[in-house]
Amino acid sequence: MSRTATAAAPGTLSRGRLVAWLAGTTAALLATVVVAVAIGPAGLTPSDVAQVVATRLRLGDVLGLAAPDPLADGIVWQLRMPRVLTAAAVGAGLAVCGVVMQSLTRNPLADPYLLGLSSGASFGAACVLVLGLTAVLPIAAFVGSTVALVATLALASASGRGTGGISPARTVLAGLAVSQLAAAATSFVIFWSAKGDQYREILSWLLGSVAGATWTSVAVAGGAVLVIGAVLASTGSLLDAFTFGDTSAAALGVPVTRVRWGLLLAVALLTGALVSQSGAIGFVGLILPHAVRLLVGARHRALLPLSMLCGATFLVWADTLARTVFAPRELPVGIVTAAIGAPVFAVLLWKGRARS
Amino acid sequence: MTQVSETTAARTTVGTTDAAPGAGLAAERVRWSVGGRLILDDVDVTAPPGAVTGLLGPNGTGKSTLLRLVAGVQAPDGGQVALVEASGREDLLAMPRRRRARTLAFVEQDAATELPVTVLDAVLLGRTPHRSLLAGPTDDDHTIARAALDRVGAEHLAARDVTTLSGGERQRVHMARALAQAPRVLLLDEPTNHLDVAAQLATMRLVRELATEGVTVLAALHDLSLAAATCDHAVVLAPGAAGHVAAAGPVDEVLVPEVIDPVYGVRTTVLRHPRTGRPVLTFDEH
Repeated sequence: MSRTATAAAPGTLSRGRLVAWLAGTTAALLATVVVAVAIGPAGLTPSDVAQVVATRLRLGDVLGLAAPDPLADGIVWQLRMPRVLTAAAVGAGLAVCGVVMQSLTRNPLADPYLLGLSSGASFGAACVLVLGLTAVLPIAAFVGSTVALVATLALASASGRGTGGISPARTVLAGLAVSQLAAAATSFVIFWSAKGDQYREILSWLLGSVAGATWTSVAVAGGAVLVIGAVLASTGSLLDAFTFGDTSAAALGVPVTRVRWGLLLAVALLTGALVSQSGAIGFVGLILPHAVRLLVGARHRALLPLSMLCGATFLVWADTLARTVFAPRELPVGIVTAAIGAPVFAVLLWKGRARS
Repeated sequence: MTQVSETTAARTTVGTTDAAPGAGLAAERVRWSVGGRLILDDVDVTAPPGAVTGLLGPNGTGKSTLLRLVAGVQAPDGGQVALVEASGREDLLAMPRRRRARTLAFVEQDAATELPVTVLDAVLLGRTPHRSLLAGPTDDDHTIARAALDRVGAEHLAARDVTTLSGGERQRVHMARALAQAPRVLLLDEPTNHLDVAAQLATMRLVRELATEGVTVLAALHDLSLAAATCDHAVVLAPGAAGHVAAAGPVDEVLVPEVIDPVYGVRTTVLRHPRTGRPVLTFDEH
């Protein structure tokens, strides 16, 4: 109890302030998309981007716009827009997965990577990549993440039977074991069968990248975020009830087991869909919830939607950095998020140690 | 309509049980085992309506487990838990969980969080069973939560981060959360654990007040003198192959050397408090 008696936390946002936050972060995301699409070697301006988008959405005549330059149209609509929108969807999805997992495992260090979901998805994806079956990549990634989730939770609950359910510490350790096993299996697959360019392809995919995003990626990642993300974002009061743990949630009338498994399965589905399009991008699910909590407090009704919006904006900027810092060479965006996220992870670890 | 009247009643007298007469609690032949080891063996515990019943016994006799089973947090291997009213009995284990949470509140031991939650938000959690699981707190919920904080003397803490509270302050917040549930039965697991003497007395005074207002209280306690001073009834669990009831009844009849000595393995002397006349227990080793 070294902290001062004045230590306060941000309380529940009033409805008006929540709406203001949502409007502000949505506007920031829209502006980010337009600006990020414009940034790059072709020297486009945000108004060029707006012109292409308006024309593509068949609003050009209504707004009285001239037809855009075909080259600008190609760059904006075929190359950059799918990439930026995929980054936004992946960022939003990873952030909401992070919030849900941190809440359900009561572990501030949890994110889709903690329970081995991404390693499982990576393993599934690496298998089909070396076999040349890229068409089934999303399915393999989803199967991988779900198997990893089930393995982690089964291991955690088997080792914790009869002692009041799955503890955060056991969940993390089980996740670590599953994650290490999946990583070793992935390395084995690559070592054994990858040839020539496949190494590079698999590596860039393991590090996380949206460089190859197409409109199909937007459909898969965006669709998953809109459907599953929206469901997860509506569970704020349920997650709040877990504030003081499972027992306390159960005593408040929450069907703890059903809620936990239902939400974690939704997280596995969403992670699988995202990882299949972007590879394993780390730390987004870890950092974003913490940053947003500092701004609006820990109540999930505000935290969930705002984390999604901020996660989308964050990953679009991270990817913009990834393709511009060393232009014309590109970095996988996972390296950028790790460069930002690892120090934050260290700080969280240090703060956790200071508290206990 | 019922919604409105319930809310109004809860607002004016937080923690009391509306106009309904008290409901007692009866756990019968409750069994629980872990990994083949029997923890509770056919345990019967009754808590009369509007009274404070102390659940006593050495470590490892299954006091916390019994409270968890009664609270419906864990399902027993066998036995029944019922709410006993003048109008009849109602099976608590079969009751829908949200209705059970409106009937019965449970303050577990050392419930903590890593999240920077305000005290007011923590107390608002108590309103969860009173609204849809996906809905947010209403204005009435805020009024009731503030009244509950006021009731435990913690209204000045409302904006504080719960992770920065002292043990005594945190216990008051948990009590306020339970009161915000507007329960008819209150289950407390070691409510005075880690508290200084003044905080212990304040907690038990609140518990007594609630009982006077008709709330049925079942509290696991370690301090036998505190139990003697504040409980109306006591149930003593004894160790053995599995926890079982050694004695149950009015506190004056149960907290006697003949019961305590064999259960705890000590030699008990019962004195009388010179001012209150309540029993005070002191102990020697055998």
